[in-house]
Amino acid sequence: MSTWLRQQVQTLLLTLRRLARDPVATLLNVSVIGVALALPLGGYLVLQNVSSVSRQITSNPQVSVFLARDTEKSEIAALETRLKGTAGVRAARFISREQALEDLKKSDNLADVVATLRTNPLPDAFVLETGGSAADLAQLEAQLKSLPKVDHVQFDSAWVRRLESLLDLGRTTVLILATLLACGLVAVTFNTIRLQILTQKDEIEVGRLIGATDAFIRRPFFHLGLVQGILGGLAALAIVYGCMLILNHSILELARLYDSDFALSFFDFNDSLAFLTFSALLGWLGSYLSVSRHLHAFEPL
Amino acid sequence: MISFSQVGKRYRGGHEALRDLSFAIADGDLVFITGRSGAGKSTLLKLIPAIERPTSGTVLVNGQNIGSMRRAAVPYLRRNLGLIFQDQKLLYDRNVFDNVMLPLAFTGHSHKDAARRARAALDKVGLLAREKAYPVTLSGGEQPRLCIARAVVNRPGILLADEPTASLDATSADEVMQMFHAFNQVGVTVVIATHDEALMRHAKPRVLALSQGRLDA
Repeated sequence: MSTWLRQQVQTLLLTLRRLARDPVATLLNVSVIGVALALPLGGYLVLQNVSSVSRQITSNPQVSVFLARDTEKSEIAALETRLKGTAGVRAARFISREQALEDLKKSDNLADVVATLRTNPLPDAFVLETGGSAADLAQLEAQLKSLPKVDHVQFDSAWVRRLESLLDLGRTTVLILATLLACGLVAVTFNTIRLQILTQKDEIEVGRLIGATDAFIRRPFFHLGLVQGILGGLAALAIVYGCMLILNHSILELARLYDSDFALSFFDFNDSLAFLTFSALLGWLGSYLSVSRHLHAFEPL
Repeated sequence: MISFSQVGKRYRGGHEALRDLSFAIADGDLVFITGRSGAGKSTLLKLIPAIERPTSGTVLVNGQNIGSMRRAAVPYLRRNLGLIFQDQKLLYDRNVFDNVMLPLAFTGHSHKDAARRARAALDKVGLLAREKAYPVTLSGGEQPRLCIARAVVNRPGILLADEPTASLDATSADEVMQMFHAFNQVGVTVVIATHDEALMRHAKPRVLALSQGRLDA
């Protein structure tokens, strides 16, 4: 084993022993970091889940094309051929006004209302399955509107687009929150390391006098920052996971009412690892700043 | 090999601790630096491991110029010096054994090798049986011996001791002096600063007598 690696391992073991020696302080520090990180992390989890749902919906949005009342059967047939030939339309299904009324009668809530109608107020319509980017869809919308006998074009995905912009807002909020709390984490580490440096003042001074290099003296503090960042990150993941389990209980109830099996799903392994790396880096940064700032107080030179 | 040539040390604030000091200490020498309190003994000893830097003249230690030495090179210089401090500078939150292990941690010895060396050093100063004890529980005669063990554990070529016997009774002081003689006999250069003339009664060592920052003729 190389000297460098051995010293790293020895320092890491020393750091872990020190953390274990004062479990209350360690636990408090780790929970402060954990709670601070859990807020943006939880926000991110919700966003990630909602956007994956919205992506599923937007990936093949339905378009309803309502026809004018006076459309003849022959015109409908011509239109159907034309719609099926339009770029971006995957399938076109014709729903006659009679059929639409029948469908409406079948629904529990509206049956009574429909019974009171003397004439059928519903138009003939096509339901299109479409695909393509947002720009393609906008072009398609214009194209459909310009067709003869087309009265109204409705994108069922309009609300999804609204949701998308809400999600954008959410993402920005989470980003701001994450930045603020990342600064908080750096500050917490900075302070912990400062206290640790003061506690080990004698050791640092004696070490310097008998041949410790700067790198050697700094190393345990970097390790402490890193380990604290990782533990805090783990705590945040645990907090978010716990909250998710609790929330999912209620979400499943709610989703069932909407005939959906939607539930929050947790980060995959890679995302969790990336997050831990990030929190470890923040811990390291905090200790780096603290060490650079405070170790000069003990310069014997 | 330690050589001072026309060395002066003026502290910030204007106090002139050493003036125009020139001498050389050859490898394997045993040298006493004597003088009253404030004569500059501690300052002289601090110049050798670059704890202080000379303000004029040249200090050479093993061919390295202390005055112009880069900060990053200082730890490596100190690893070849055994330092015994007047106030011992022991770490009171760890036991005797771990205190002696400290210098070996810097140099990256394996734990097994380091432990062997630490026990050898403790054995030389007669503290092997007390390796689990904490420094506060050591007697006044044992604490300087622990400091010596820590200084020699890296097998330095030069041993520097500042008033190593200041707090000791005559018997303990004699024991400590015998240890220094023993190290000197195996080729270690030993430099001891002391105001206790009685220490020199056993041998006829070389004496550098300081008075107001200069060597007495």
